[in-house]
Amino acid sequence: MKIDFTHNQSAHCENGVVSNLLKHNGHDISEPMVFGIGSGLFFVYIPFLKVNYAPAISFRPMPGFIFKRFSKRLKIKVKRYKFRDEKKAQLALDAELKNNNPVGLQVGVYNLTYFPDEYRFHFNAHNMVVYGKKDNTYLISDPVMEKVTTLTEKELEKVRFAKGAFAPKGHMYYPINYPEKLDLEKAIKKGIKSTCRDMLAPVPIVGVKGIRKVAKLIRKWPVKLGTKKANHYLGQIVRMQEEIGTGGGGFRFIYGAFLEEASVILSNPKLKELSHEITQIGDLWRDFALDASRIYKNRSSEVDGYNKVADKLVIIADKEENFFKKLKKAI
Amino acid sequence: MKKKDVPQDKSNLESVSFRELCYAVDENGEYVTANSTGWNPKTIALNNAIQEINERIKKAKTNVLNNQTSPIEYYMEVHKMDLSILASYVGMWKWRVKRHFKPSVFEKLNTKILNKYATVFDISIAQLQNIQSN
Repeated sequence: MKIDFTHNQSAHCENGVVSNLLKHNGHDISEPMVFGIGSGLFFVYIPFLKVNYAPAISFRPMPGFIFKRFSKRLKIKVKRYKFRDEKKAQLALDAELKNNNPVGLQVGVYNLTYFPDEYRFHFNAHNMVVYGKKDNTYLISDPVMEKVTTLTEKELEKVRFAKGAFAPKGHMYYPINYPEKLDLEKAIKKGIKSTCRDMLAPVPIVGVKGIRKVAKLIRKWPVKLGTKKANHYLGQIVRMQEEIGTGGGGFRFIYGAFLEEASVILSNPKLKELSHEITQIGDLWRDFALDASRIYKNRSSEVDGYNKVADKLVIIADKEENFFKKLKKAI
Repeated sequence: MKKKDVPQDKSNLESVSFRELCYAVDENGEYVTANSTGWNPKTIALNNAIQEINERIKKAKTNVLNNQTSPIEYYMEVHKMDLSILASYVGMWKWRVKRHFKPSVFEKLNTKILNKYATVFDISIAQLQNIQSN
C-alpha cells in the first residue's frame, strides 16, 4: 500500500517531519515556522557530558522538545507510542499504514543504510515519515534527503530499536486532533519569548553566557589539552554548528527565515529587520567555522589562532545578546 | 548567507549523490532554500573525526594482538561505540562489559555471552574470538 504523501526536503529532521505531516493534513506550515514556534534556537555547553570524546555543545534543545512545544502552543494533539516488543511495534505501524495514516518515527542513525558511511554515528534522535509498504519494504520520507527512500522490515526494526542515549524504543507518533483554527499569532509570540528567555538566561552554560564560556575555554585548550585534543574539541563545535540538520550557521539562518515569515503574519516590520540582523550573525558563525577549520587543518599549535577564533565568539555573543534583547522588545 | 554563496564544495555526500538543504537570502533580501553539495570547513571537521576513530581502532587492534585487551574493545571501536552504548546494546552493566575487555576474562566467557556480542557486532563467534579471521 502507498499513501499519497508529498515529500518536502528540509534542513532539520524534526521540523521537517512535523511540517510534512501537517501539510499532509492540509495545514501549510513551513519548516522555519515549526522551528520558531517550537523555540528551536538554543545554545548549551554541557561540560560533564561527552559526545564522541569531546564535551557536548548543542545549538538546539533536547530532541523532541521542538515538536512538543510546537504542538502545545498550537493546541495540536499528538498520539505517541513506544514499544518494548519489536514485533508489536511493526504490527502497530502496519495497522496505521493500512488506515492510510502516514506516521512519524524516531530512529537511530547508525544503521540507516541510505546514509553515507561517514555520517553514521550513534545518534538516536533522527526522525522520518513512513508512508507505505510494498511487500516487505517500507516507503520512507526522510526529510533531510532530497528524495524518498526505502528500508526493509529488518532494517527499519534495527533503527527503531537502536540502543544508547535517547534510545527510540520504537517511538511512533502522529497528530490526531487540530483546533478549529490554528492560532499562529499567539504561538509565534510565545515561541519568540521563550527563545529570548533561553538565550538570555542567567545560567553560565546556556545561551549567550554559554557562548562566552566556550570562548574562554577555547583560549585555554591548546595549553591545557595539547594541540591534538584542542583541535578535536574545536572540530566538534564546528560539526555541531554546521552538520546536516542545522541549515547552516547553527540554525541562525532557519531562524532568520522564521522571523521573515513571522513579520508578515504579525504585520510587524521590526521582525523583518531583525531577520536581516540574525542572518548577519549567522554569517559570523560561518566565519568562525572557517577560521576554526584552518586551525585544525594545519594542525598548527599557535595559541594565537585559538585566541582569534575565541575573539570571534565573543563578538558573536555580544551581538546575540543585543539581538535577543531587541527581539524581546519587538513583540 | 547569500544564495549565491551557498557552498558547493566536494564532500562525502557525493557517494550517495545527495545534497543538503540550506536557508539563504536571495537578491531581494528574501529567504529561500538552496541545496549544497558540501562545505570544506565541515568536511575537514568530519574527516578529522573519522581519522580519530580510525586511530582508536588501530590502537585497539594492537592492544588485542599484544593481549592487553579483548577483541570486544576492538569491535566496539570499529562500530564507533563507546562503553555505555555497547553496554546498552548487549543489555549488561558497563562494569561487566569493561570486565570482558580483560583477555583472561574474555577467554572464559560462555557461548551465550559471546553470542550476545557477536549478534550486536553482526559477526560470527569465530570472528569475535579472532579479529584477524575476517
